[in-house]
Amino acid sequence: MTSLADGDWHRLHPASPLFRGGIFVFALLGFVIANFRERVVDLVFGIPRESGDPLDTIYERGAVGWALLIAGGILVVILIAFSLSWRMHTFRVTDESVEVRSGILFRSHRKARLDRIQGVNIVRPLIPRLFGAAKLEVSVAGQDANVQLAYLGSVLADGLRRDILQLASGARQPRVSPGEAGQPAEAGQAAEANGRGLRQGLGDYATARVGEFLAPELDPDAAPPQSVVRIPILRLIGSIVFSGFTVILLAGVVALIASVVVGGSEWLLIAIVPGLIGSLGYYFSRFTKSLRYSIAGTSDGVRVGFGLLTTSNETLPPGRIHAVGVSQPLLWRPFGWWQIRINKAGHSTNEGAAGAAATTVLPVGSLRDVERVLELILPAFSDDAQRALIGRGLTSRGGDDGFHNAPRRAAWLRPFSWRRTGYAVAADVALLRRGVLARDLVLVPLARLQSVGIDQGPIRRRLRLATARLHTVAGPVSATLGVIDSNESVRLFEAVSAGAVASADSDTSHHWSRTAAGPAAVGESPAPAPAPEAPGAATPPAATPPATTPLGPSTEVTW
Amino acid sequence: MPDNLGSEIAPTPVPPVGARLDLPEAGEWKRVSPKYVMVEIVGTIVFLLIVCAVTGVLWLVLEQDWALWVGGVVALITLISLVLEPRRVRSIGYQLRADDLLFRRGIMYQRFVSVPYGRMQLVDITRGPVARLLGLADLKFVTAAASSGVAIPGLAEADADALRDRLVELAESRRAGL
Repeated sequence: MTSLADGDWHRLHPASPLFRGGIFVFALLGFVIANFRERVVDLVFGIPRESGDPLDTIYERGAVGWALLIAGGILVVILIAFSLSWRMHTFRVTDESVEVRSGILFRSHRKARLDRIQGVNIVRPLIPRLFGAAKLEVSVAGQDANVQLAYLGSVLADGLRRDILQLASGARQPRVSPGEAGQPAEAGQAAEANGRGLRQGLGDYATARVGEFLAPELDPDAAPPQSVVRIPILRLIGSIVFSGFTVILLAGVVALIASVVVGGSEWLLIAIVPGLIGSLGYYFSRFTKSLRYSIAGTSDGVRVGFGLLTTSNETLPPGRIHAVGVSQPLLWRPFGWWQIRINKAGHSTNEGAAGAAATTVLPVGSLRDVERVLELILPAFSDDAQRALIGRGLTSRGGDDGFHNAPRRAAWLRPFSWRRTGYAVAADVALLRRGVLARDLVLVPLARLQSVGIDQGPIRRRLRLATARLHTVAGPVSATLGVIDSNESVRLFEAVSAGAVASADSDTSHHWSRTAAGPAAVGESPAPAPAPEAPGAATPPAATPPATTPLGPSTEVTW
Repeated sequence: MPDNLGSEIAPTPVPPVGARLDLPEAGEWKRVSPKYVMVEIVGTIVFLLIVCAVTGVLWLVLEQDWALWVGGVVALITLISLVLEPRRVRSIGYQLRADDLLFRRGIMYQRFVSVPYGRMQLVDITRGPVARLLGLADLKFVTAAASSGVAIPGLAEADADALRDRLVELAESRRAGL
């Protein structure tokens, strides 16, 4: 049985404490090496040392025994602490939740309900990746509410993610697909290999690690290849070069040249030059982080993966996306590139592609890519009429094109873009279109909308205009329409608030695969609420409804 | 032509320039307690006193003449808003529709919000010192979006409790996942 999602408590990868303490361990190593490098040089090359290092001092004072004892003691303590922390750090995945228990003195127990999962993220930082380990993070809504399993064996992490998503989807038992049947056998072979002499075992280990390291980021079984969107390297470089950052950088360079020509102010030189050098590093890190970028549709949601050395890939189950923003910065316009960002309730602690927040789903893509990605993240919004509506939302100059646009008098407030500023509601999705120089289209699935508001100040009142806002969870996309005819705004208000209620009633993305299974399963009542909120948590006076399920996982800390 | 919800509603006649926003479809608005004006007035007066004190210190003790001007303008604006306070309180309204809570406030800066009951995360009731003397409470309807901002001030305490229970009940029957 290799599935970790069998309801029993399991332990993490044995080297986890080492990986987690990664930087610290390396700092320690660096310190030791720095102190003893002369000794090493002496041993290897026979160049005599000039001054004594700590070892000499110990030797001269005849404290070798004590030093060995202390070093041994420290080593034992570290080993005990590591193994204890490893033994005490356990997790289990049941049909309803993911639980993690950790800590030696301060025990903590964290539990996340599976039907509240906002995403599952697997990150492989370079060093753990070399040793075949990966970090799995289950994100749920709320600040710092994620459940992290750091680290697991790479293959196990992939398997666990699959099982978690399947359990969350409403399927009662992890399905075993034919493609996975090979893995247990492989694991068995690896175990046998350990018996066959150390050399052979090490060789196998190395082969397995190299194989994993070179394996494609996205396993081809998981997603149909036609759904995969990738970014060509040239476009990636172009998108990084033609960014707002470059404009600022060029301004800096111009200022620098001007200051040199005019002469005098050296302080500007001092202020700008380090920044220029640093910016090269910025470009480089953005570039490597976006390499091997792929977004693909799997049966359990959209999968976004990227990274060259440190890789990361996140799966967003269906219905976890609260707003989608498709935008085109002015500099990208000649190339026809677009960017897609989303609002989501759960936030991974790891960065997304290009060093940006993990809310950027498509860092750069052509119109065709945008279409495909939107199809993946809003699968219910992809018939021909809707696709045409999206197309007009992106590139239309305005006019009578299915959008309710702002009237001419809005030109007082939006002199260029008033023609394009408008909204449309179709198939439980509200589309807001804005901007003519830097074009922008926002799609809000009404089933995820939190509330809708319209407001009007004195200036807009004179112009018979209003502002409409669709309130979603916090994120980079703001679904606000700055100008709209005041009568139209009332119609939007009524249409969107009615649509939000209706679409939430018919929404079944909680258990996406259970509802697909058949009507018999639909009637099943949702799982009972988990354990009540943490006893110590401050509850507002007489406020929290008794059966409200907490947003985040419940966390309790016991001594 | 896409299925457009917005076009299903019959167009309304064009209102004259300067007309306020209104929801013609909406029913009777429930207003907050008139006593809430007192809470606002006390708050404004406290603010006015603070402005006067700061201005006084700056002007008399530190001999900063500009403070008199700034303080005077702030005090004047506050006094004007004090006069408008009863109207502002009257503009606050809410109503429980079949599936959502409607909320409105403001005269100069008008705001209408609709929150479906199923989006409720929690209901918060708070009582300030002045409000408590008058037997009033503020009710806040919290969703997963910080920008929703539905806070109904100045409800009689019994009303606030009843409204909270009603909202929780409605939300329970229409719960939507996040």
